[in-house]
Amino acid sequence: MILRSDASYSLKKLYESYGYSQYKMSRFEEYELYLRNKSFLVSDHIIAFTDTDGKLMALKPDVTLSIVKGCDECQTGLRRVYYDENVYRVPRGAMSFKEIRQAGLECIGELDEYAISEVLTLAVKSLESISHDCVLDVSDMGIVASLTERISPTVAFKARLLSLVAEKNIHELKVLCAAEGRDPDAAEKLIKLISLRGGCDEMLEILRGDVCFAEASAMARIVSAVSARSDCVKVDFSVTDDMKYYNGIVFKGFIKGIPSSVLSGGRYDNLMKKMGKQSGAIGFAVYLDLIGDLDTVADEYDVDTVLIYDDSLPIDSIMALADSLRSDGSSVRAVRELPSGIKYRRIVDKREGR
Amino acid sequence: MEMLNIALPKGRLGEKVYDMFAAAGFECPSIKENNRKLTFENFEAGVRYFWVKPSDVAIYVERGAADIGVAGKDILLEYKPDVYELLDLGIGKCRMAVAAPVGFRDNPAKTLKVATKFSNIAKNYYDSLGREIDIIHLNGSIELAPILKLSDVIVDIVETGRTLYENNLEVVEEIVPISARLVANKSSYKFKGDVIDEILGKLGSC
Repeated sequence: MILRSDASYSLKKLYESYGYSQYKMSRFEEYELYLRNKSFLVSDHIIAFTDTDGKLMALKPDVTLSIVKGCDECQTGLRRVYYDENVYRVPRGAMSFKEIRQAGLECIGELDEYAISEVLTLAVKSLESISHDCVLDVSDMGIVASLTERISPTVAFKARLLSLVAEKNIHELKVLCAAEGRDPDAAEKLIKLISLRGGCDEMLEILRGDVCFAEASAMARIVSAVSARSDCVKVDFSVTDDMKYYNGIVFKGFIKGIPSSVLSGGRYDNLMKKMGKQSGAIGFAVYLDLIGDLDTVADEYDVDTVLIYDDSLPIDSIMALADSLRSDGSSVRAVRELPSGIKYRRIVDKREGR
Repeated sequence: MEMLNIALPKGRLGEKVYDMFAAAGFECPSIKENNRKLTFENFEAGVRYFWVKPSDVAIYVERGAADIGVAGKDILLEYKPDVYELLDLGIGKCRMAVAAPVGFRDNPAKTLKVATKFSNIAKNYYDSLGREIDIIHLNGSIELAPILKLSDVIVDIVETGRTLYENNLEVVEEIVPISARLVANKSSYKFKGDVIDEILGKLGSC
């Protein structure tokens, strides 16, 4: 069992051990930033308000945009920052706004394969710090973009293709590509790629001789470097993101027992360009609010042990007894009377005569 | 052994789907017993089935209560759940269509009144045509709407077209063909992918 606060602390220690500095930010941001980049956001609902000077502000629905906005490109070398912040948005399938705890990191500057491999390694280690039953799926938007562009250059068609890729919907992809696609070879390769669940060898075989073989080889080198330290990395081309923002490696992390991805990230040079920056950038977010789903023990009991005492015991003895009961990591609530409406594993009754 | 949770749509389609799973080697005889149980397990085969309202299958799968399930394409298009759509089972075939009173003329100078249970599908379809519409969301007896002049047309599932014919209505546009699809929770597929792929392989060759 891992608690959200434990995870938050382990992630902070992990990112600092790789030389990342904490980036603290205000809860508010100018609304216009989100208006200009609405499709980058998970949800397009934003809590907006007018500040005392008449400026339209928003409660942050996202962290990356603020970090990119505040990024100083005059600094040389890579800028490595991590954050642990609350964001405010309507989660998928929810009917109202929620305050969501999100940790993550951004690596901004001239990225090389080592820097990307390091970010992926940190993504893996972030998942493993929560549970070792985890999977990090990795894809490359550059390869997906190259294949979809050849199948059809029209924006609407590519959007339909991407949505089918994300669903692993091979039956409809085949029908759509056969009916309206321009390049059967690219369509066949895309279909084979989204059927993959595993290592890089099959991916390289599918793309041998293709114009994006160099990108595939680079992805294979990165995935191999990360896989050498963890066996939870898998190639899965159903991981997609908006091509307006993401251009290279993209990834999603899953943990057994949590029904949706708990980590999401990728390379977003296109967002940097859109915001007038020349650097490359890669990062990811861990959705700490989802980790609560793993804490099933807390769902069953309010407390492990209820210790009932009365005035016959001195305070020291009650405290010593409670401490000894806690020594195995279990929780103890010391009370005079058994409270109603709570669930507990056991009672230790130390009242006189018991 | 870890169980695979499978959500089946209540009704004739669900029974047909169960027969396909059983023929593929994932039978659970207790499901055929006449009782009020909601879940059925076969520990040897490693499967747990449960019946849910057809429109709820996608929610059970998206939220991970079911690892896989079978839902109509109409439900997937309407609610757009974040799931993998792994197989077209080729059963429960019908079509999503626009129907109107026989002889209806669509006057483009007026806002088109559309009655439907499938508001998102109707909106997306008419958005793609650039046609201004007024959606009237109904939960049943959709065919009644144009008869009583509540709407000009309806967007609904058409199987044989008999109900339309008997109410002097006809299909004027086909939007999309519909059939039953096997969907999987994205996280479950990472951890139970081998058994899900085994089921897919066997159902695909049925």
